[in-house]
Order: sequence, then structure tokens, then C-alpha cells
Amino acid sequence: MNPIRQDFPAFDRLDRPLHFLDNAATSQICRPALEALVRFETDDRSNVKRGVYARAERASVAFDDARKAAMEFLNAPSPEEIVFTSGATLGLNTAAHILQDRLKPGDVILVSLLEHHSNLVPWQLAAERRGASLRAIPVTDGGRLDLERLDELADRVKIVAVTHASNVTGAITDVARLRAFCDATGALLVLDGAQRAAHGPLDVQALGCDLYAFSGHKCFGPTGIGVLWGRYDLLDSAPPFLGGGEMIRRVSIERSTFAPPPHRYEAGTPPIGGAIALGAALAWSMAQDWDRLGAQERELAGRMLDGLASLPGCRIYGDTGTQQRIGVVSFELEDVHAHDVCQLLDSDHGVMLRGGHHCAQPLMERFDTVATVRASLAPYNDGADVDALLNGLEAVRRKLA
Amino acid sequence: MNDALYDQAIIAEARSKTGAGRLDAPTVTAECDNPLCGDRITVDLAVQDGAISDLAHKTRGCLLTQASASLLARYAKGGDVAAARELRAAIDAFVKGQDDERFAILTPVRNAKSRWDCVTLPFQALADALADLEKRG
Repeated sequence: MNPIRQDFPAFDRLDRPLHFLDNAATSQICRPALEALVRFETDDRSNVKRGVYARAERASVAFDDARKAAMEFLNAPSPEEIVFTSGATLGLNTAAHILQDRLKPGDVILVSLLEHHSNLVPWQLAAERRGASLRAIPVTDGGRLDLERLDELADRVKIVAVTHASNVTGAITDVARLRAFCDATGALLVLDGAQRAAHGPLDVQALGCDLYAFSGHKCFGPTGIGVLWGRYDLLDSAPPFLGGGEMIRRVSIERSTFAPPPHRYEAGTPPIGGAIALGAALAWSMAQDWDRLGAQERELAGRMLDGLASLPGCRIYGDTGTQQRIGVVSFELEDVHAHDVCQLLDSDHGVMLRGGHHCAQPLMERFDTVATVRASLAPYNDGADVDALLNGLEAVRRKLA
Repeated sequence: MNDALYDQAIIAEARSKTGAGRLDAPTVTAECDNPLCGDRITVDLAVQDGAISDLAHKTRGCLLTQASASLLARYAKGGDVAAARELRAAIDAFVKGQDDERFAILTPVRNAKSRWDCVTLPFQALADALADLEKRG
């Protein structure tokens, strides 16, 4: 058994094996995060930044510490640049809100065919409001951004908003190349880190992006919490996104003045327990040996890719190598629908997969398909999970193909 | 557990591809998507004197959707429009537990709520087609 499973309560009591390979959708929560959540809700539950009693003081300190943990996880320069959101979706919507006033009619937002709908639709809405338009970086047959084509796409690009790692092909984006493009064009760079954040700590300063969003539930924290990091001057340049408590400085009936970032973007009582638990999850992640975990993930991904490649009628979408990727693999079995595969793998083999368009319909169209099966790895997966997947697929193929 | 979800009756019904194809000159056509998975069904109806004289469906979907589309063709084709109008509500009631011999092979789907839309999709397309027909008067 993979010893890291001791850190994940999901594996504590099982009546059957848990071959959980849907980590790109939601990972299991790690024990420190769950314990932090229970501790807050039990011992410290109270609102933050309002009460003066000791219980509220403890809650406020824990909440501030969570922001610092997110800062350290991202290697952000200051906790004031960490905005707690409900997840990557709200983070990216907030990013689009913050940047949209910079757009003039005719300007272009550069996205890509790899994008999850949450890094596409907010930009469509912003473009519509400002008379701007979207342009997409094409994708290679290997499921990667075709950055060779960047220069021909440059005209009037003001914002580049792309994924840091694909939720379908697992390809990790060459951010340095995009940074160079942005330096040359003056565009701002927004990264959707929803997938990449589950694979170890980040360095937004080294990446050179301007805004970065990720979700807690994909990186071993609770649902309903996420982070938007942004350069302070950008966060400070835009009006609030939502109005309410926590985000104001002074309010009269006619008008209000707004709190500085990050509070300007955190209207209302935040998900305090969620934020504290996310902080604990990120601290857990920072304490791991990611060289070892990365090698383990590449080994398992390689085993999965090799097994799929030798399965008759199996088509893999994207690169079949193990470098510059996360352990996310999409494939299709000839003449068997993705949801039929997923249902049978669960009911007959205890393997949990995701089937569908993965909220990436433009990419499905690029690959001329409707739905794929996706298996995605986390540190608690092991060879038995991959074997169960491959054996299960062989059985499904015999049954249905 | 959905062990029986892929039993032989459902697989056979899907593979029968009853009514699969397109009509050359349909009276009305409706297209319906399942946003969960992007599955899509196109239903063509030929309607004459208050009856569905012919029906064809082009189905891009999982086995459950295909089996359901075959059932759709079995029950709607040749029947009258008034009876066809009831089918959408009938399959909805069936997945929620009401007995209905016509859909009996789909019984295992009752325990898999995430797949209910797979079997109602073809009937939704039929309902959309009939609504369109009614609008035209």
C-alpha cells in the first residue's frame, strides 16, 4: 500500500478497494485539512475581524495564517495579494472583472483550445461587455498549446488567459514562452492553475504571470474555497466585484468607499473553515517531497499510457510521453461510449473515472470527439489502481466492444 | 451498485438500433443534447392525420441512450400524436419508480440517478418535436 494513504481519511475504512482516479475533478481531502476544519468548527467557530473575544481572535488568527500559507504555497510577495474565492471559477471570473476595464473595442483576449470552460466563458462575457473579442491558441495533435503559432496571433492582444496544465491531456504549459510573448506585446498573463496546483507548490514570481487562480478541492483541501493571486497594483486598480460586508471602508446611503485588496474582493463572511482547512492542505503539500511524488506520478502515468496503448481499439488523446505533463490521461475505447466505460469500471472494478467533455468542448471538437474517458493521478494512487484500470478496461472491451 | 445496468436486455435493445437513421422528408425534426456528456439525438417525425406515420432517430450516445432511443421508436412510431405526448412524462415517472411495462428493461437505471438524463433524452427530443409541431398549428 502507498504509505501516503495514511494522510487521507478516505482510505481509513474501506469495505472495497478505492481506486480513485478522478483526481482532476476533485481529490480526496488530506487529514490535516479535515482536522483543521473540525478544529475550527468545534473550538474556534466565530466570525473573523468582528468579535473581540478570544474565540473570535483565534479564528481571525487562523484565517490570516491560511492566507499566509497560500502566499507561501504560491511564493507570492505578500498576503495582501491572496484573495480567497469559492474556487478557480470565481477566481477566473474575478480576474476577468479586474482586467476588463483595460479592454477597448477591437482588443483581443488570447485564450486556447485547451481551456476549461471556466477559463473561457468569463473572458467571453468580458469581451462582450467591452466590444473586444477572443482568439484561441491552437492545439497540437499531442494535446499541447501550439506556441509556434503565437506570433501570428499577436495583433491587439491585451490579455493572455490560458491553463497552466490541461485537465484533458495533462500537458503542462510552457509559461516562459508565454511570458516572453507578453513582454513583447505588453499583454497581461492570467493562468488557470486548477490542475497544476494539485502537483506541488508554485512560484508565481518565477512564472512571471500577473494573475493565478486555483481551487482548494483539487489540491487536497475542502470544496467551496480557492485562491486568486494577483499583482497588488492590478488588484488595486479595479472596483469591487461583489458588494457587501468585509469589503468596505465607509458606507453611507449614497455611496461607499472600498477596502484595499484582498478584502475588496471578499464581500461577506468568508468560508472561514474552508480557508483554514485549505491553508492546512497547502502546508501539507509544502511538506511533501515532490521530487519523489513527481517521479512516482510519472512512473504510474507511464504504466497507464503503455497499458492503454497496448489495449486494442484504445485511442489516447494527447501526448503519450511522461515529460512536461501531469498525470491526467484521456482516452476512448472504440465503439464504447465514455459513460458506459466509467459506469462499468466503477460497478465491476471499483475504479472511479470521469467520462464526458470535461468542460472542454472546443478541445473535444478539435479532437473530433464528443466525450472521452479520463484517468487522473494523485500522490495516494499506486500500481494496483493502474492495474485495476487496465484490467477493467480489458473486461469492458470484451463485454461491449 | 449498478451491477445490472448493463444487462443483456439493455445491450440487446441498444444494438437493435430500432428506428436508427434519418427520414427523407420529416414533418418535424428536433435535436436534443445532454449537457453532461455532449450526447446528442436528432428525432425526425412524419405526421399524418394525427398519427406518427414514421419516426427515425440519429443517436450519438451511450448504451442507455441508444436503448432508450430504440424504445422510443418502438412506442411512438405508428401511434397517434396524443399518445406520443404522454411518453415524456411516462418515462420520467418510470425512472422515479412508477411501474410501466414498456420501460421495464430500464429498471436498473432507477438506481443510477446520474444516468436518468441518458434515458429521458430521446423522449425529450420527441416532446420538443411535438411542441414544435403544435406551435405551427
